[in-house]
Order: sequence, then structure tokens, then C-alpha cells
Amino acid sequence: MGSRASTLLREEEIEEIKKETGFSHSQITRLYSRFTSLDKGENGTLSREDFQRIPELAINPLGDRIINAFFPEGEDQVNFRGFMRTLAHFRPIEDNEKNKNPTASEPLNSRSNKLLFAFRLYDLDRDDKISRDELLQVLRMMVGVNISDEQLGSIADRTIQEADTNGDSCISFQEFIKASLVEKLCETCF
Amino acid sequence: IFTWATLRIERGAKEKNHHLYKPYSNAIIAREPTSLEEEIKEIRRSGSNKDLDSASEFEMSDIFYFARRGVESIMDDEVTKRFSAEELESWNLLTRSNNNFTYISLRLTVLWGLGLLIRYGFLLPLRVTLAFTGVGLLVFLTSVIGLLPNGRMKNFLSEKVHLMCYRICVRALTAIITYHDSENKPKNGGICVANHTSPIDVIILASDGCYAMVGQIHGGLMGVIQRSMVKACPHVWFERSEVKDRHLVAKRLSDHVQDKSKLPILIFPEGTCINNTSVMMFKKGSFEIGATVYPVAIKYDPRFGDAFWNSSKFGMVSYLLRMMSSWAIVCSVWYLPPMSREEGEDAVQFANRVKAAIARQGGLVDLLWDGGLKREKVKDTFKEEQQKLYSKMLVAQLKPCLH
Repeated sequence: MGSRASTLLREEEIEEIKKETGFSHSQITRLYSRFTSLDKGENGTLSREDFQRIPELAINPLGDRIINAFFPEGEDQVNFRGFMRTLAHFRPIEDNEKNKNPTASEPLNSRSNKLLFAFRLYDLDRDDKISRDELLQVLRMMVGVNISDEQLGSIADRTIQEADTNGDSCISFQEFIKASLVEKLCETCF
Repeated sequence: IFTWATLRIERGAKEKNHHLYKPYSNAIIAREPTSLEEEIKEIRRSGSNKDLDSASEFEMSDIFYFARRGVESIMDDEVTKRFSAEELESWNLLTRSNNNFTYISLRLTVLWGLGLLIRYGFLLPLRVTLAFTGVGLLVFLTSVIGLLPNGRMKNFLSEKVHLMCYRICVRALTAIITYHDSENKPKNGGICVANHTSPIDVIILASDGCYAMVGQIHGGLMGVIQRSMVKACPHVWFERSEVKDRHLVAKRLSDHVQDKSKLPILIFPEGTCINNTSVMMFKKGSFEIGATVYPVAIKYDPRFGDAFWNSSKFGMVSYLLRMMSSWAIVCSVWYLPPMSREEGEDAVQFANRVKAAIARQGGLVDLLWDGGLKREKVKDTFKEEQQKLYSKMLVAQLKPCLH
């Protein structure tokens, strides 16, 4: 409907979100309009079903994990602030930000925050380690029924072997960062 | 006038230092269509120095591709925005289409108020009266004609009556229609397919030629209209129960089509109303019958009134009231040259070919997604396809790794 978008989002809120996420004013209003169009229940929050209604997301093999990333621990609804906070991880790093005041808290789209986001896609139980099972789960989501358990298992084993430097058969966040290609790619494709 | 109004709002906003909400400009992201395999290879290539043709193995960073695609589709996707009204660049003085309507200047408000007065006070009552007259005449006259014996006189009269009543209805909506390429108008024994934006499409097409309608039998006023129309010339109305049986539907349609004396059938293969910025998947049923297909492209000009019917938001009556209180409905109708199914083409490919032609003519985006996604969830088979593509990439290189 007509006038909801600009009246429900006050200037102060936009300023706060701008500071927190680094999106520009027009981007924030655009995303707010997107948020309200996804919010079929019209109660100011999105539920998991609202996300799943996007067909292109529903056919994404990792769709459920991505949706999960928007919802904080144990909650079923996300408001606009939370929505923007998660999307902020995907904002490209601009050059003028790299020299900002070092004492300010780290911006949401810093490289390590992006890597943390990716790490959390694997690490479902949030214990800061990717176990073989968790790796297998994500692999299974990506390949569906097309690869057998043994083949998948050997892929997982090889990956852990290559990345695991301290021999605990799990991949910690540090090991994840060092895993080949991850560090270099995070900037180009996030 | 309309562009002036928009510019005035923009100027006013700048003066007051408000930030203007511009829905149309700069989408957040620019997306290019690439295939899954290409992109993953590209990602890996850009990260590593070595020659990668030999090592298409799983990397932990592969999830970046899926994560990015997923978040891109959250920010903006091609499908969900087709089910709500199109956003306009310049304001057309209807509150409903502008998100920015706050008090900007006296002149603008006066103009808007004047527009409101004209629309609701003058145009609306006029149109409602016309609409009642048109419908009433249709019912009455078709019943009268139904009493005549079958023959040329009956067909002739029926045609005249139908045309006249539809033209009255068109005036009732103040629809300004431009017909292009009338030499391609559908002939008897053919099927006419068109993109679907609202129930008004029917009135627009039917006021220029006579068609046999296809649809479900409704109760109430619609039912009365349907029953009386059938008396004058044969339409194909289905009982609710019959709709589920696809073979029955196909049989009745092909029977009708084979009788050369019967009028061409009018069908909207999308199955549901789409907001006139795109054409969605055509259901293959009407393309299996094997008759000649006459495609028609209908494009509305949204500046004077948005014709899209968002059936989950507005009921029929409030929709019609909104239509009648807009400035006008302006649209263009293009009759495209007839197409038939070619050798070796199956119904789905034929449907897609027709869809592409309609999209091209009307300047609409051609989408492969099903219009049924308006109400239903997407099928799992699509996700499985994505998974299959990815697995193929992995497996191709797996063989040397296995013992």
C-alpha cells in the first residue's frame, strides 16, 4: 500500500542503521521497502516462511542455512534492524573505510566478520569448531542425493586433513581462514 | 502535468531537506545471469595461482557462491515483485501509487484535491451507471436472442449484441485502447492466447471481436451473465468438478475448436494475474490441442491507472471501484501473426515460443517461473537440479581420488 514505507521508518532510525551498517540512505529505504514487501503478516518482523516464499532462495541448496543466519539464537522473528545487520556483512569493503579510526568497533562488513558469517554457515552448534559431521551435513545439502556416502565421506576427510593443523580432526575458525582460497576469495565474492 | 507534479515534489523535498524515497532508481545490486559451474570455477580461479583445470575438487569456499546467490535473492528477486503493482517513475496524482505523499506545497495539494473531486464526484458515478447499463443489456438481449432458432440470423445478431455491450462496458471504464495489426485477428477454429493482468483483459479483447470464453461456472451475478451468454452463442463453461479433470477439459476444447463454425477460444495460459511487467510460464494445456494459436500481447500504460488485480489484496468489487476511479485505462493490444506447433516441437517448447513472441512485442520480461508461485511454494525439483549441477562438477574430478 501507499504511504507505509516512509512514515514507518523515522529519520533517527535511518541514521542509526546507517552508522551501524554503513549502508547509504537510499539503500536503507530501498531495503526497507523490500522488507515490508516480504513481510506478509504486516507485523514488522519476518519469519522463516516469509523468506522461503522467495523462489530463488527456496531452490538454493544452502537456502535454509542462509535463512538461519538471519535469526538470532532461538528466535523465530527478525525485525528490520536485525535484517540490516545481517545484510551488512555483504556490503563490499570500500577503500576509504580501511583507514578509519582504529579504536572504533569493527564494521560489520570487515573481512573477519564476513569470514565469521561463512564459518557459521558450517558450524551449526556454534561451538567454534567445524566437526566432520557438520562438514558432511553441509556437503550433503549441496549435492543432494547425487553422491554416495562414501564418496562424500572421503571428500570431507580430505578437506579436514588439508585444513586441520593442530590435529584435533576439527576445523577451528583460524584454520578455516587459512584454508586455501578462503581468505583471498572472501573479498572478491562477498 | 504528471511530470510537473513529480518534479514539484522533488523540489519541495530538497528544500525541506527531506530525503526522497525514489523507488525506481538504482537497484541495490546488479546481477548478471551466469551458470553455477562457471561461477564456481571463476571464484576458484581468481583465488589461486595454479592451473585449475585439473583440480575441481571441493573447497570450503564453495559455499561463498551459494551464500552470495542466496543473499542476492533476498535483496531482490525476479519473481515476488511481479505479484504486486508496478512502481512508477512519475506520480500520477493518485495517492495509492506514491509513497511520499506528505504536504509539500499548496499548489500540489490543490491539484490533487481537484483531481480527487473530478474522479470521485464526476467520473465514478458516470462510469457506474454505464457499467450497470452494459451488463443489464447484455443479460437481457442475449436471453432474447437465445429464443431464436439456430442459424445465420442468430449468429449475426449475437455478434452485434455482444460487441455493443462490451463497448458500453469499455466506456464504463474509460478504456482507451489502441489495436495494432488487426489483420491478424483470430479466426474461427483457432485459440487466442494473451498475457493476463486483470479480468478487464476479457472486456478489452471482446469489444473488438467475438470469442468463445472459457471458464468456471460461478454462482451469483457472474453465473447469471454466463448462463445468458451461452444462450446466444456457445461458450465453454466448466463445472467446478470438471476443472480438475485435464483430459475432459482438453476434449471439450478440441471439440469446440474442430467445429469451424464456432468462435475462437480465448485463453490466458498464465493461469493468474501478473502485474504487466513480465510474462510468466504458460501452462501447456492449451498448446497440446493442436489448433492454430493466435497470440495477443496486451500492455497497459500505468500512468493513468494501474490495471493489475492483486487478488490477495483486493476483492473484485473494490478492484472495480478502483478502476473506475482512476483517470483512465490506457492500453495497447497487438495481434501477432498466427503460430502452429512445428515438427518435433513438444507442447512446452511451443508454449515458450509463443510466450517469447508476446513478451517481445509487449516489451515485457520473459520469465520461466510459474505464475502459480503467487500462492504456492516452489517445487523441490528445482532445488534438486541445482544440487545435481554442483555434484556433477565434483564427481567429474573425483574418480582419480578414489581407490
